[in-house]
Amino acid sequence: MLHSFGLSWKWAAIDSAVNNTLLMLASILLINTFKYYLPRKERYGFIMAMCGTVAVIWLFLSRTLLLILLPDNYDQFYSGSIYIRLAIGFLILGCMSLLSVLWYTLKEQQQNEQRKSEAEKLAKEAELYKLRQQLQPHFLFNSLNSINALIGTRPEEARQMIHQLSDFLRGILKKEENQWVTLSEELQHLQLYLDIEKVRFGHRLTTSIDAGENSGQMRIPAMLLQPVVENAIKFGLYDTTDVINISIAATSENGQLIITVQNPFDPETSLPQKGTGFGISSVKRRLYLLFARTDLLETDAKDHLFTTRIKVPQQ
Amino acid sequence: MKKAIIIDDEPLARSIVREYLAFYPQVELVDECSDGFQGVKSIQQHKPDIIFLDIQMPKINGFEMLELIDDPPAVIFTTAFDEYAIRAFETHAVDYLLKPFSRERFSKALDKWLEQHSTTEQKAATVSLLESVAHSPSQTERVVVKTGGRIKIIPLPEIQYLEAADDYVRIVTAEGSYLKKKTMNYFEGILDPKLFARTHRSYIVNVQQITRIDAYEKENQVAILTTGVKIPVSKSGYMKLKSVLGI
Repeated sequence: MLHSFGLSWKWAAIDSAVNNTLLMLASILLINTFKYYLPRKERYGFIMAMCGTVAVIWLFLSRTLLLILLPDNYDQFYSGSIYIRLAIGFLILGCMSLLSVLWYTLKEQQQNEQRKSEAEKLAKEAELYKLRQQLQPHFLFNSLNSINALIGTRPEEARQMIHQLSDFLRGILKKEENQWVTLSEELQHLQLYLDIEKVRFGHRLTTSIDAGENSGQMRIPAMLLQPVVENAIKFGLYDTTDVINISIAATSENGQLIITVQNPFDPETSLPQKGTGFGISSVKRRLYLLFARTDLLETDAKDHLFTTRIKVPQQ
Repeated sequence: MKKAIIIDDEPLARSIVREYLAFYPQVELVDECSDGFQGVKSIQQHKPDIIFLDIQMPKINGFEMLELIDDPPAVIFTTAFDEYAIRAFETHAVDYLLKPFSRERFSKALDKWLEQHSTTEQKAATVSLLESVAHSPSQTERVVVKTGGRIKIIPLPEIQYLEAADDYVRIVTAEGSYLKKKTMNYFEGILDPKLFARTHRSYIVNVQQITRIDAYEKENQVAILTTGVKIPVSKSGYMKLKSVLGI
């Protein structure tokens, strides 16, 4: 193109080589800038200004270089074509910028979408985990298996167990996270659970529930004791092969409701950290969220007896 | 006449298997056990052809019990809900019954076993299953060994060091040492890498037991435990030890 302006081939070649190389470098500079800094949509003016500035710098650099490389009279020709050069440079840089901004915006959007779907997946998994925790599939299927066995030999007991299991499940579904119930209600629900477990484990499991006077009408967050008792059963029944007794006792002290759950364990095979299993830590967390205190749940293991003590401040 | 044993900690769960099994006159129920300890004893005594085995049981689970038996019989696992175990059964084509199961499902499993002319295939499946369940949650906390007629449960942090001994691994604790038919690689896989370091082809050491490390011969070191025992440390073992100890 330059050749048609009356320049020799050699000059034209040097001129375009210098210009194009510099233009390419300028484009790369812009693309890399947008890779790390992506302007907001409403700032296209800013992008244009940036292109303009880079174009002027490019023009200045190419002119300086060409003046060194080529004879003096070339300056005249260059000055004549300077506006066209600037326009072409600006246009090319503008196009490059626009393309790279579009490309990186698209990429960012894709990443955002991916992040969003990952967050959604996590939330869903957490919800599913919670549901599963409440339903306790192991307990449920084993209970159904016991019912299956009872149907053949002792149909009356099978029927009774179906009713207990239904009442227990209904209780779980009914209770909301932040609901408070009286201790008697909570113990009634626990009794259903313990009765089912007694059918499953036969003579191996005995329980004693002792709610001192006045404590029955005191209030407690719904299902607070369930994980503690599950924990007691789990370690009591799976940590020894003997007949075990789970005891639950409630008293009132200085206006606080105090509940103690005890189960036997084997100190030789129980690891110390087992004492604070998932059940216990979830109860601790719940108490903290309700009362902003960490001292409401204590555990203690001695003489083959594991004790969990819970204090519930009355509102 | 084939001999069978039921091992399950829930009496009603045993009774349903007993009830279904009564339809098979060619299979004799020789014993029922309510935990793994009884199971080990009973299997040694009766040498059954097949066992119905629950997984979640007191003290030791079904897998740990099987590990203690030198020549395990055919096994049909029974379990209510254990995602981990079920995945393992699927992978190793081992038969299992999900509680509660129907008589049809039970018969299908038992017929399949009765029709098998050789039990070698099934035994191979059980063996490979046992190798893979090494990483089940309870088995990364403890190891169950047989010593004399007793069964001992060793919490992993109580292990001082492990030493290769032919086809076995010698597990050394403060109370004594026990042999277990496993590989060093198995233990290297299950032990907490922050607590245990494989210092040598034949040794894994509980790093909390080490009091000092001395130079020994050209490129080797030796770790001295609080008990005074000297454990060889190879060149690569020394690198591992250094990274565990943070030096």
